[in-house]
Amino acid sequence: MSGHTSTYEPTSRWGKWFDERLPIARVMHGQFVDFPTPRNLNYLWTFGGILTFILGAQIITGVVLAMHYQPSAAGAFDSIEQIRRDVNYGWMIRNFHAVGASMFFFAVYIHIFRGLYYGSYKAPREVLWILGVIIMLLMMATAFMGYSLPWGQMSFWGVTVITNLFSALDTIINGLGTAIVEWLWGGYSVSGTTLNRFFSLHYLLPFVLAGVVGLHLWALHTAGQNNPTGLDLKEPSDSVPMHPYATSKDAVGLFAFLILFAWFVFFVPDYLGHADNYIEANPLVTPPHIVPEWYFLPFYAILRSFTSTFLWVIPLGQYAKLCGVLAMFSAVLIIAFVPWLDTSRVRSSKYRPIFKWFFWFFVFTCLALGYLGSMPAEGVYVMWAQIFTVCYFLFFLVAMPIIGLIETPKKLPRSITDSVLGGSTAMPNGAAASPEKR
Amino acid sequence: MSSDAIEPDRRDFLVLVGNAFAAVGAASLLWPFIQQMNPDASTKALSSIDVDLAPVKEGQAITVMWRGKPVFVRNRTKSEIESAVKVDVKNLPDGLARNENLPDEDPATDANRTMKGHENWIIIIGICTHLGCIPKGQALGDERGEFGGWFCPCHGSQYDTAGRIRKGPAPRNMEVPPYAFTSDSKIKIG
Amino acid sequence: MKKRFSPALAGIVAALVLVPGLAIAEESGHHEIPRQPWSFSGFTGQFDKAQLQRGFQVYKEVCSNCHGLKRIAFRNLVQPGGPQFPEAAVKALAAEWPNKITDGPNDQGKMFERPARLSDPILGPYKNDEEARAAQNGALPPDLSLMARARDVERESPWYIHPFLMLGDILKGYQEGGADYIYALMTGFKDPPAGFHMVDGKFYNTAFPGHQISMPPPLSDGAVPYQDGTPQKLDNYAHDVAAFLSWAADPSLDQRKRIGWQVILYLIVTTGLLYIGKRRIWSAIKH
Repeated sequence: MSGHTSTYEPTSRWGKWFDERLPIARVMHGQFVDFPTPRNLNYLWTFGGILTFILGAQIITGVVLAMHYQPSAAGAFDSIEQIRRDVNYGWMIRNFHAVGASMFFFAVYIHIFRGLYYGSYKAPREVLWILGVIIMLLMMATAFMGYSLPWGQMSFWGVTVITNLFSALDTIINGLGTAIVEWLWGGYSVSGTTLNRFFSLHYLLPFVLAGVVGLHLWALHTAGQNNPTGLDLKEPSDSVPMHPYATSKDAVGLFAFLILFAWFVFFVPDYLGHADNYIEANPLVTPPHIVPEWYFLPFYAILRSFTSTFLWVIPLGQYAKLCGVLAMFSAVLIIAFVPWLDTSRVRSSKYRPIFKWFFWFFVFTCLALGYLGSMPAEGVYVMWAQIFTVCYFLFFLVAMPIIGLIETPKKLPRSITDSVLGGSTAMPNGAAASPEKR
Repeated sequence: MSSDAIEPDRRDFLVLVGNAFAAVGAASLLWPFIQQMNPDASTKALSSIDVDLAPVKEGQAITVMWRGKPVFVRNRTKSEIESAVKVDVKNLPDGLARNENLPDEDPATDANRTMKGHENWIIIIGICTHLGCIPKGQALGDERGEFGGWFCPCHGSQYDTAGRIRKGPAPRNMEVPPYAFTSDSKIKIG
Repeated sequence: MKKRFSPALAGIVAALVLVPGLAIAEESGHHEIPRQPWSFSGFTGQFDKAQLQRGFQVYKEVCSNCHGLKRIAFRNLVQPGGPQFPEAAVKALAAEWPNKITDGPNDQGKMFERPARLSDPILGPYKNDEEARAAQNGALPPDLSLMARARDVERESPWYIHPFLMLGDILKGYQEGGADYIYALMTGFKDPPAGFHMVDGKFYNTAFPGHQISMPPPLSDGAVPYQDGTPQKLDNYAHDVAAFLSWAADPSLDQRKRIGWQVILYLIVTTGLLYIGKRRIWSAIKH
């Protein structure tokens, strides 16, 4: 995979025999045991491991739920209730899966913001970053289809609203959008047919996701991990072997995260959901206030901010819907272009005095959009959603390229080792870093 | 790498304790995931069924469903009863009554396979104890094997008129389910 | 690194303490459905068996005249974590439940009605929605099995307080919006304010969205004779039936919170141990 070669040496005759035929142990040892890991990684770097765990947990709980779930308009809601009430520990497994989706997004957003802050997208990690954006898109599609499966009111109307996004294409070619929407539905409205195909895809996509995660890891181990200084690994003392150093830290991070996870599973399992989803889907009644799950709220706010007049003066007229849909998809896709939008030569925001502030304002923008997405689309909320939508895109399209050109970065340490040891260059390389002898 | 000279002591007691705790947690998480595949509360609660025996004439049989399993109900003829009664329990491949209404160790006499006062009725779960096929012998034209009871077409197990295994690969007599007569011509199974 | 974190942490803690306090002070003038003290509220709460039994009595003697409870079977009334009535009593109750179970077809190919057994659901008086509407002047009395989960109380707060209220609810383990709503609905029947236009045959209710509900006031003082000496007041009836419906909507609550505590304690201890282990491992190098 990378320039790093495994130090694995099989000890037994059988191990040697196997290693010559399938060097899987050699590869695993090289990539996950003695792989050189920057010695200065903070706890934000444990989220990669946390995300891998959640993906696995979601797949396992999902497979288990599929043993009890019935993907049909008549049986879906009842079978979820059967799982909650009668299946042994069904309530627990169902809460794990439902809360797990939220935890997945919570962790992935931290992971993405960490990447943005420390410049983890910059060369040579562009492909790694783009694979990450693909993973996020797959997660969104999977989560959206998964939320339709309980077949409650929010499921049903969420599917109706989101699939109707594609009808915006009617503004370009009359009839195209409608044709696509009917193709997605397998009918003239959302029905049991739609539910069945969503179930099938919801079962399939996580495995595709796992495959892309494999590529993501491959790209990571080819370029090596970024770190809080954003410096490359230069000398042996810059890194530690992955095991037991990074793994012990990952374990702490994972278990600390599990406390949060378990708190939601056992004490507030429905907090992140919506009461309306405990009402069986009814095609004749729309709930008064449709909101997606919290992790889609910022994008939902961007979608809704495009009204017939944008920011007091820009007339969008009949194109408002199309603009909203395009803006929402662009809001995700633009993240993939970050490696080229950022013109800075320095990776980490630790050494970027101006960009740092824009980064935190961007975090605030996303939180504000999330809040506005949960509010009714009326009055002052629409105006603020429009303002923050503009802020969102300005961050990528204006702030990133310009700040990189005009900013004078702080002085960088000579190496990771120097940054850890306080910049002392008097010490011979690696001397202070080698472990104490016991 | 900065530490390739000496590995830290991985057998450090506290490190071991932490790892052991994590491993125990992972292992106990398995329990709900195994348990979820067992019959759920609603399945376990599926209780009893009532069967009206009046339409079943001597020599006839009916099959009813109980907990998703076929239950054979046969109104035996005099000669069928006699042939079942005169069998010596010692010569049976399975000497136990296999009757849910009686203690486990009771012998497989015809009396122990039926209900006192209703000896003409043999009521058993109609599943071959070999590999779970449904034996033939309920319909009048069916092959019933050498012993006049039931004959399993899958691997040739032969049961007598009390549902006891007599010949073939099956290891046990067919089970008698829990049941009771609620009147002379009605039973409640389960 | 650590030094920079601690002022931030102190700030967060201070905000957590102060802001909700301010929020409550500011909110006091605002009219919204108030939160009730429930035995099962928060992360430690458990159902009160006696209250669930009284709540079931209210359901049986009042609500069940119009509303079904189809996702609860009679057997559920026996199981731990619920009202836990004696099995024999529930068997008798099922047998004499007025709304019979449709079973069949029988030997003649006809569907027939039979008394309920332990494994059967608690049915309301109507076979389907159409029959219910026909009997109730077009209004549909909904099934109550999930009512306490399917309703919630929206809290209105300024945007800068919103995140703190959310965090507060998560930390408190607040999940009782449905019960609060049911209590408010049961006790919310009032005379309409002057000038409020009432549709004929509707009743004014402060909690119901739009304030016009088809259901006549179901409970009043003394309507249900309690056996255990609890005062026979509307307030008690409303609390008890809301608690019962909360159990009906979430029968695993007791078990969930009990296991939850074991899991959380285990995770805290293990995280601590792993952290100590991590310190031991990293003690070899400066970082």
